[in-house]
Amino acid sequence: MPTAISVKNITKKFNHTLVAVDGISFEVEAGSTFAFLGPNGAGKTTTIKMLTTLISPTSGSITVNGFDPTKDAKKVRKSFGIVFQDPSLDDELTAYENMFFHAGLYGVPRKDTPAKIKEMLGFVELWDRKDDLVKKFSGGMKRRLEIARGLLHTPAILFLDEPTVGLDPQTRNHIWEYIKKLNKERGLTVFFTTHYMDEVERIADRVAIIDNGKIIANDTAANIIANSGTKSLEEAFIKMTGHIIRVDEATAADAFRKMAAMHQGKNRR
Amino acid sequence: MKSNFLYVIYILWLRQIKRYFRSRARMVGSLGQPILFLVALGYGLGPTFAKAGGGNYIQFLAPGVIAMGILFTAVFSGIEVIWDRQFGFLKETLVAPVSRFSVMLGRTLGGATVALLQGVIVLCISLFVGFHPVFVSIPLAILFMFGIAIVFTALGTGIASVLEDMQGFQLIMNFVVMPTFFLSGALFPLEGVIGFIARFNPLTYGIDGIRATLIGVSTMPGGLWLDGGVLIAISAIFLATGAWLFSRIQV
Repeated sequence: MPTAISVKNITKKFNHTLVAVDGISFEVEAGSTFAFLGPNGAGKTTTIKMLTTLISPTSGSITVNGFDPTKDAKKVRKSFGIVFQDPSLDDELTAYENMFFHAGLYGVPRKDTPAKIKEMLGFVELWDRKDDLVKKFSGGMKRRLEIARGLLHTPAILFLDEPTVGLDPQTRNHIWEYIKKLNKERGLTVFFTTHYMDEVERIADRVAIIDNGKIIANDTAANIIANSGTKSLEEAFIKMTGHIIRVDEATAADAFRKMAAMHQGKNRR
Repeated sequence: MKSNFLYVIYILWLRQIKRYFRSRARMVGSLGQPILFLVALGYGLGPTFAKAGGGNYIQFLAPGVIAMGILFTAVFSGIEVIWDRQFGFLKETLVAPVSRFSVMLGRTLGGATVALLQGVIVLCISLFVGFHPVFVSIPLAILFMFGIAIVFTALGTGIASVLEDMQGFQLIMNFVVMPTFFLSGALFPLEGVIGFIARFNPLTYGIDGIRATLIGVSTMPGGLWLDGGVLIAISAIFLATGAWLFSRIQV
């Protein structure tokens, strides 16, 4: 199997002091589903931001679909779709308009755009609601629309940063069914984070667990459970990462930036 | 490549326009202040202005209030970047395979168009309160109005690129927008120290340009050429600075 994502010894420091990601390495096979797990503030979102060109690593190397995000950012961006942890739709636009603007930004040929939008909105069963403003949509519908939007330009990789957070079990199930279908039928590589361990056991071909910026496990869910001597992935996860409740900042990077700013302020005084 | 660059600018421009026409409350609400200024100041100070030998105050005031409508709308259109950062849409544009300059330019042109529309509406309203412009000069006045819109939308975008949230909003109002407005000759003729300070304010040149085209009165020594030249130069500087700041945004 060719490699879709290759991460070699990457570190991310904020303000040269605080280490958010500490020398991690892993590979994701093309066409696989890869779960990237960790407690709040462990470095998951920072890693996704580095993979998706939003921030650069302090050291180490990354390739996404064979391209280096720090050197070929545009080629990398064309090759993936992303569903962010927080909604990133424009609520004042209709579902169709959100798709249309995405198509324009990602260079989908103009003559193909209407058909692609129809196909993807049909795929997530939102074609009938295409002319409704997004602010009228439920949380689940917004998530489905974001997935459709992320797939509009036919990416090879789909990044999903906690795509099912805050959704009811029915909607979560619905969304994972879509994603698994895409993975099977289109060979889409799926890289996702979630706190729902049952989803991981059901969906992921491979699982990496990050804690305090370091990878502490990288195997199949079954092997992680077996090696930890527990009965479920949730138990294995808690055994490996501990019982202490982590500070739940907006994002890990935000927390690190805040800490770094405080640290620098103290030094100046 | 070039056509995609222009298309990205077009779709981001279109987004701003669609949002503007959907938000009727915003359209109507942002007209309240210019109407209040035209009616209250125009009729309230008009007799005093005439007695002091200043002539018809509505004629003097209307170009200033048109510029005010543009200034406020333009700055706040630029500042929408903060909302987009907080409510997520900015991420969608920042991970797109397009240059951040095209994103910034599209947003700025969209915001400036919205501000220009607002200015044209104020111009129409001013006709009903006794403003008598030189109608044939309106197209030239619109160029100056667009110049003001570009300058201040780019400024708003630049400021919003370095602000993390709306906490700095009041700071911008009190230390950028209001001084820019009051020290521009919008409400009173520029003389003495205020006149000197106003020469460093790009809005002064925009208002002078609008006034010169609509009522044939210019107070700046270089006339329309200087007004136009300053607006073009400041637009270029603010667009370049705004684009640089926008390119450094981290989400």
